[in-house]
Amino acid sequence: MTIPAEAQAAITRFGISIEDYMLPVHGQIQILAEDGTMLPEDRRGSSPGHQYPVPTDRELLEAYRRLVIGRRVNDQNSALVRQGRLAVYPSSHGQEACQVAAALALREGDWMFPTYRDSVAVMTRGVDPVEAMTLFRGDWHGGYDPHAHHVGIQSTPLTTQLLHGVGVAHAAKLRGEDTVVLAMCGDGATSEGDFHEALNFAAVFNLPVVFFVQNNQYAISVPLAHQTVAPSLAHKAVGYGMAGERVDGNDIVALLAVLDRAVTLARAGSGPLLVEANTYRMQAHTNADDATRYRNDAEVQAWAAKDPLNRMRHYLRSTGVLTDDVETAFAGDAEDIAQQLREGLGSDPTLDPQDLFRHVFTEPTPQLREQAALLADELARDELSREEH
Amino acid sequence: MSTVAEAAAARAAATAGPDPVTFAKALTTAMADAMRADDGVIVFGEDVAKLGGVFRITDGLMAEFGDQRCFDTPLAESGIVGMALGMAMNGMRPVVEMQFDAFAYPAFEQIASHVAKMHNRTRGRVTLPMVIRVPYAGGIGGVEHHCDSSEAYYAHTPGLKVFTPSSVADAYRLLREAIASDDPVVFMEPKKLYWSKDAVDLEALRRDFDGAEAAERAEGRAAVVRPGTDATIIAYGPAVPPALAAAEAASAEGRSVEVVDLRTIVPFDDETVCESVRKTGRVVVVAEAQGFASVASEITARVQERCFHSLAAPVRRVTGFDIPFPPPKFEHWHLPGVDRILDALDELQWED
Repeated sequence: MTIPAEAQAAITRFGISIEDYMLPVHGQIQILAEDGTMLPEDRRGSSPGHQYPVPTDRELLEAYRRLVIGRRVNDQNSALVRQGRLAVYPSSHGQEACQVAAALALREGDWMFPTYRDSVAVMTRGVDPVEAMTLFRGDWHGGYDPHAHHVGIQSTPLTTQLLHGVGVAHAAKLRGEDTVVLAMCGDGATSEGDFHEALNFAAVFNLPVVFFVQNNQYAISVPLAHQTVAPSLAHKAVGYGMAGERVDGNDIVALLAVLDRAVTLARAGSGPLLVEANTYRMQAHTNADDATRYRNDAEVQAWAAKDPLNRMRHYLRSTGVLTDDVETAFAGDAEDIAQQLREGLGSDPTLDPQDLFRHVFTEPTPQLREQAALLADELARDELSREEH
Repeated sequence: MSTVAEAAAARAAATAGPDPVTFAKALTTAMADAMRADDGVIVFGEDVAKLGGVFRITDGLMAEFGDQRCFDTPLAESGIVGMALGMAMNGMRPVVEMQFDAFAYPAFEQIASHVAKMHNRTRGRVTLPMVIRVPYAGGIGGVEHHCDSSEAYYAHTPGLKVFTPSSVADAYRLLREAIASDDPVVFMEPKKLYWSKDAVDLEALRRDFDGAEAAERAEGRAAVVRPGTDATIIAYGPAVPPALAAAEAASAEGRSVEVVDLRTIVPFDDETVCESVRKTGRVVVVAEAQGFASVASEITARVQERCFHSLAAPVRRVTGFDIPFPPPKFEHWHLPGVDRILDALDELQWED
């Protein structure tokens, strides 16, 4: 097999095997402890070939700002569901560190392929918050232009989007572009056939794809133990001949470090990589779900203690980077977006029934034109009879 | 696989002389011409590169265009179609091959949930110019899972165009159009016709395609492949040759039978179909697929809805039976043949 240059360097420098390079670390990469203190280098879970530099203060502060906004977006959208302004919202409350790090790891020309739970990542990447919510308000299947910010449309079938990301990376590679694709999925999705096909295709064609698995422990109600008995999801990578890494998904410092390295390696031609982030969905799957039927309060409370925002806030306060003024400014930024969401989603959208037929094909077929006319006629007659009464 | 050996032998025989051209050669030439005209056209699938496909339809493409533009993939149909979608999103025009009709089913989720819906889902911001080639239907003595007529699954899925040529010239023309289309096309190739031949001037077809206005395209235009006055047979793909043979036999009995070849199931050409039916007043729909809830059912319903007052008899269907495709030694009882079509024509209430 071809050994990527980075793997070769690690093998030479540390005297490790290719498998040691590809296999994730024991445990997970963690840089910030749960209490928000920075761990010493020898307690970060790293091992030879798996070293991660700490991002700069400036990067960390911006990441924290995005975390604050992400949390506000999640809570605002959940409130909008309760008020009937959104049909559904799969919240990433508790997973904001993964959401923010995924978006910040990419350059402008790179692509992201999110799932339905990744709205915060989509917005962090630059998509208009109200457009991102169109899918969940129910006025179309997707509201934003995937080409505008290089963000695939949020997908509700599981794992299918990974292959789309593989294709985007493949096309870019054939044209000699240095695009990296970050393809996202959850723990349940790793059981799907397309997960296997996407990883294998990316590996065989040596494509610059970072597969980012947010392991939030449950696929709706089914715990990870029922999805796999693999030592970890990151271990699955080695079977495809790619490197896997496991990171604390509530530690944004570790996430930024691990994803940055993965994206940098992929861009340099290492082939695909897999990053598993160990995190937790603090709320139910959606508003239609009842999480108390499958998990207990003690478990949820244990994860609440690992909250990604508190941890980062504590750290940045302790180093003096995060002052009261900065915190106030960040809260203001978050409130601006919340207001944008409330205003944008507070009014009913204007719907054109003819949109039903407009985009099925690039040009409607004669049959669709007939059906469009049928509906227009039906509506005109309704209008007429309303006027008569 | 006996079909592979047969394909190779038939193809070797077919390429012995410069003329006439096989259906297979027309398809290969269409892909090669499209690849020459547009660097974004790429061909991939299982065994398509070095081997040239199990039916040799991609033969020579890797040699001419290199292994970046014609390549083999791992053996995974959902992977092939899902990756093609991503490539189509990112500036390419992928043409992928499913090895056989029934082996395309693992890709069905990608096709039905994403290929078909992406343009609509994104309000037209993402177009998917991609072609999924599917060798389909029986008549080659193939074993189970190698002979399905799967066109109804695709035709029933909004957002997919479904093309199926029955002649050598249409094989070239429709495949060029499919590759040029900005909508995804499921391109159904009747595999029993791969070795059929016709004296077709590919050079002239190429010039016609390059110079044709959109209005002259074959897409959405059924062809009257045999004119007639007394009855209409509507057929497509593998059912067109038996339909033509039946029309010929009927003329010996003094009946003038028109044959309409749909060429594209989606878009459907109501205009040409209805024009013929209004003229003749009697209709037999012929399709190789099982008849229940089929494309033949749809054609029959459309004709009766639109042309009821022109009909002298109920529309008859001659289709495969509602059974899993039979083993090779049984298929001759299953496939709609000339006699069954003639029987149906006889029952069109001529005495009234």
